[in-house]
Amino acid sequence: MIPRSFEYYAPRTLSEAVSLLEKLGPDAKILSGGQSLIPMMKLRLASPPFIVDINHIPDLGYISETDGSLRIGALVRESDLESSPLVRSRYPLLADTTKVIADPLVRNQATVCGNLAHGDPANDHPATMLALEAVIVAISPRGEREISIKDFFTGLFSTDLQPDEILKEIRVPTPPPRSGGTYLKMERKVGDYATAGVAVQITLDEADACLRAGVGLTNVGFTPLKAAKVEDFLKGKLIDAAAIKQASEIAAGESQPMDDIRGSADYKRDLVRVLTARALNRAIERAKGGA
Amino acid sequence: MPKTSPEIGGMGHSVKRKEDPRFIRGKGNYVDDITLPDMLYLDIVRSPFAHATIKNIDTAKALATPGVLAVITGKDLAAYNLHWMPTLMSDTQMVLPVEKVMYQAQEVAAVLATDRYTAADGVDAVEVDYDPLPVVVDPFKALAPDAPVLRTDKEGKKDNHIWHWEWGDKSATDQAFDEAEVKVSQDIYIPRIHVSSIETCGCIASFDKINGKLTVWMTTQAPHAIRTVFALVAGHVGLQEHKIQIISPDIGGGFGGKVPVYPGYVIAVAASVLTGKPVKWIEDRMENLQADSFARDYHIAAELAGKKDGTLTALRIKTVADHGYTDAAANPSKFPAGLFHICTGSYDLKAAHVEVDGVYTNKPPGGIAYRCSFRVTEAVHAIERMTDLMAHEIGMDPADLRMKNFIPSDKFPYKSALGWEYDSGDYAGALKLAMDRIGYAELRKEQLEKRARGELMGIGISSFTEIVGAGPSKHFDILGLKMFDSAEIRVHPTCKVIARFGTKSQGQGHETTYAQIVAEELGIPASDIAVEEGDTDTAPYGLGTYASRSTPVAGAACAIAARKIRDKARKIAAYLLEAHEDDLEWEPGKFFVKGSPDRAKTIQDIALAAYTNHPQGMEAGLEAVSYYDPPNLTYPFGSYICVVDIDKGTGEVKVRRFMAVDDCGNIINPMIVEGQIHGGLTMGLAPALYEEIQYDESGNCLQGSFMNYLLPTAVETPAWETDKTCTPSPHHPLGAKGVGESATVGAPAAIVNAVVDALWHLGVRHIDIPITPAKVWKALRDAGVSE
Amino acid sequence: MAKIEINVKINGAEHRAEVEPRMLLVHFLRESLRLTGTHIGCDTSHCGACTVLVDGRAVKSCTMFAAQVEGREILTVEGLEQDGKLHPLQEGFFQEHGLQCGYCTPGMLMTGVAFLAQNTSPTEDEIRHAISGNLCRCTGYVNIVKAYQHAAAQLREGGV
Repeated sequence: MIPRSFEYYAPRTLSEAVSLLEKLGPDAKILSGGQSLIPMMKLRLASPPFIVDINHIPDLGYISETDGSLRIGALVRESDLESSPLVRSRYPLLADTTKVIADPLVRNQATVCGNLAHGDPANDHPATMLALEAVIVAISPRGEREISIKDFFTGLFSTDLQPDEILKEIRVPTPPPRSGGTYLKMERKVGDYATAGVAVQITLDEADACLRAGVGLTNVGFTPLKAAKVEDFLKGKLIDAAAIKQASEIAAGESQPMDDIRGSADYKRDLVRVLTARALNRAIERAKGGA
Repeated sequence: MPKTSPEIGGMGHSVKRKEDPRFIRGKGNYVDDITLPDMLYLDIVRSPFAHATIKNIDTAKALATPGVLAVITGKDLAAYNLHWMPTLMSDTQMVLPVEKVMYQAQEVAAVLATDRYTAADGVDAVEVDYDPLPVVVDPFKALAPDAPVLRTDKEGKKDNHIWHWEWGDKSATDQAFDEAEVKVSQDIYIPRIHVSSIETCGCIASFDKINGKLTVWMTTQAPHAIRTVFALVAGHVGLQEHKIQIISPDIGGGFGGKVPVYPGYVIAVAASVLTGKPVKWIEDRMENLQADSFARDYHIAAELAGKKDGTLTALRIKTVADHGYTDAAANPSKFPAGLFHICTGSYDLKAAHVEVDGVYTNKPPGGIAYRCSFRVTEAVHAIERMTDLMAHEIGMDPADLRMKNFIPSDKFPYKSALGWEYDSGDYAGALKLAMDRIGYAELRKEQLEKRARGELMGIGISSFTEIVGAGPSKHFDILGLKMFDSAEIRVHPTCKVIARFGTKSQGQGHETTYAQIVAEELGIPASDIAVEEGDTDTAPYGLGTYASRSTPVAGAACAIAARKIRDKARKIAAYLLEAHEDDLEWEPGKFFVKGSPDRAKTIQDIALAAYTNHPQGMEAGLEAVSYYDPPNLTYPFGSYICVVDIDKGTGEVKVRRFMAVDDCGNIINPMIVEGQIHGGLTMGLAPALYEEIQYDESGNCLQGSFMNYLLPTAVETPAWETDKTCTPSPHHPLGAKGVGESATVGAPAAIVNAVVDALWHLGVRHIDIPITPAKVWKALRDAGVSE
Repeated sequence: MAKIEINVKINGAEHRAEVEPRMLLVHFLRESLRLTGTHIGCDTSHCGACTVLVDGRAVKSCTMFAAQVEGREILTVEGLEQDGKLHPLQEGFFQEHGLQCGYCTPGMLMTGVAFLAQNTSPTEDEIRHAISGNLCRCTGYVNIVKAYQHAAAQLREGGV
């Protein structure tokens, strides 16, 4: 319940934060929402000797749509995303996702960027960002770097972020017209991590065939998974009941779940199948103009 | 209809709670809120192994941590013979081990430091060398002839069997089974769960060296029993009962988990006695879940016999009770399986036989009476599952089968086949009301329609009889202490009242409800009555609050004491009115002369007179004490009906509706009773669908924090619907029965019955709780059903 | 380890303190400031008994360091009653029997203060989701929902 001691820094600018990371070395950890980090520190599963608290850096809480992308700043809290009229109306997949992360209190502190930076396959935004083909913007002493989301998650709790990089912004390409998406999360109770979660983002052409599909899977592998085979399968097709059935089976096949306390691998694989089918139906409904 | 006005606030009024003003302002006084000058902190080193010899405890690094004052080990306590202590069931448990540990997270050493944070660092720095020993977590394997013997501390013990207990007429039961037209049998496992009140356990032990007095603020539901146990266990180190004060302040939920004496308490006391300083110990949640105690863990093999027309004839149950490494159950001493033999339930079963075998395993100790009286949840689960199984097996509606077999309401007092004398009941009335309120017939129609479309919907009933209010001195004691309870009421000259009790509320609202009983009996407004519990220096001796016993026992004592006061008040009134006692009539708050209502004295007049103008030869004052020995237990009951919808794709069970009809006899405060039902139902839902504590083969606890021990939130919890019937207890002075635990006892079986009902046509006969989506999914897939 | 200085406003009063960086906000409130109304119920950030408002947001004070609240404004349960007048939520909990042991109550109150400030006409479903980060063992949540509804009605009518 009590963390080990550490040295605490509260920089007032991003460049100060980045210099601190450079100076303190790889044992320094960024504190943004802290809703994953602090619980680990309290259990002494993580005891970073240096904490760099970025919460006092101004102007990082922006959610704005510019140049064809939604830009989410480093200190945007989950509840900011949840209450943003922009996100609700134009990025319903993100709105669905943020609503089921942890609980409302955690969401008031937890940051969207932090949800990605942690590299946890059990977190919910990764699958969504994979489905939306987001771009990560990292900042370091070397300047800014863009990382495509599909290259971002490199292993269990690891991302492509270097020790001296801070995840500064997420850019989500604004979906074209006739797009729709949803996130379905099976959880044992509110506040739990997903037993399995499926994010789907679909764009239809004028003839209702699939122009593009993005599918991400939560907590059924060592990393968040991009269901690329499903995406390829759906591309160009009219997504009818047969296609949905097949797509959902492919998704199940692409998942790599393990037996654990939330359920057997077989159960999770079947959940991926069931949730993918449901998510596809919903995404298509929304793409066609439904709510 | 209440007999008193709302201003008086006697029985039947939903008086707003007198304890609320401090809680809504954050001014409660829980143990961890208390700070004393020079207070030290205790934190505990715990074993990662479930069974291991302790080779060495290296305290050097810990002692070198600035602020760490001492590290206490079993060897230190052994010098005072305090390393082992008795349990409430007269077994023995370790305070700190000398030789070996017997469950994961067992206390191994204690660090004493100047502050909480340093104590935690100290715990981190203690290095313990263990030699792992073979682990036994399966009670059936524990009973195998080649199993390693766990209790090597018990001289001559060659196995892991604790006790065998049986009850009932075996030959009559066997004969009934031999002759039965229909028999159903089912193995039912009720897993380990934890009470998990939002406040964990803890204490501040403060030994005053000069006065030789030990004061302990403690999260305890039974402060007097604790005081006596401390005096007996530590008498040899100088603690004497008149110099021990246990103070149970505000308690953040008890539910039975704050009855046992935990090692942390004893170590804190020892540390305080040694240092002469106050020592605080508060367990964190993971310690609470992994180490202090547990409830349930019954492996039940049940059989029910009957006729093809649905008449139930006999019940036979064999149970293996997994007690962890020591029998620390909180049961009355004559009943190692508690009141499990209430398992004939609400039915007129002519023959029954039950056997229970207690077993040691490498798990935390217990058999907490978790909101279940004593093992009644287990008993009700068994009989209500078996009744439903029988109904489904013979193709009879489960409501009809119950109605057919209920003990008729005119057959009370009723002696059950297992020897309990039920005081009163109207089981058919409760079930009928529940069925009407939920619209049972329409629901069955809807179920058929849905089933035809392949949709899964189930309806489950639980018609339970509870047995509470332990208990009559003839049969009930804990560690020899009889299970009476007490009330001491004193009326001041200005007719304000102080009333003290041997019980201890942990949220049940005693400051309000006991005041209402006094108000009922004396006509003094409840707002003029202060209620105190929990300080053993002032409260009369009692066995505490658990097992729904406060209203049945202390509530009765309250009424009796108040009536003693009223008797004296009558005498004073007669004196003041210059009339004969027999010529006076009472209405709430006043005596008046029969036929001359204007010749009256109010209770306020009388109270003043007791101190200023009492008759010669009479002692002054207006007070009374009652130690109440209940003549019998009380038997609240109810019928619950649960409707579930099952998601074929994910296996999720959604409780669509839950109707709870409860009968607890005469009600003191309807608002409080309803709140108890809501909370109890939620504590029934939780193990039915979410909660369990499991161990792997190495004895690792798999649900050691709230990450995996799943307490339902407001989203998982249905909008409970409640109603009531009222069948007073004939032997209780207020006709009241107690109700705190009924819902936890009755609810799980209703939910299981609903799920099995939804899946029966697919060949599913039973699912053990918790009924997780994964389990339902498996049952569906095995039956060839999927989305 | 070196202590750091924080300046923070709590229930309207300015405080300056020196804290270890690792000191949790909940311990700072309870032990350094003796504001024991905020409670601790778990160690994995699940139970919500420690809920306070930081700059108007309901957060779990066990999952923040005191160091993080430098320059911020905190509201705890002790700050709800103003000039002897209870907050509508406190009134609601009292009227609707929304508490039994009282241990989760401060957390439930603080979550409600922030929630009802944004939504004075919540549906039952919205209330249940709003309190899904606050665990209660005693009440079964039914009367907590009613307490919130009671307070919402009072707020709509212009109370506070």
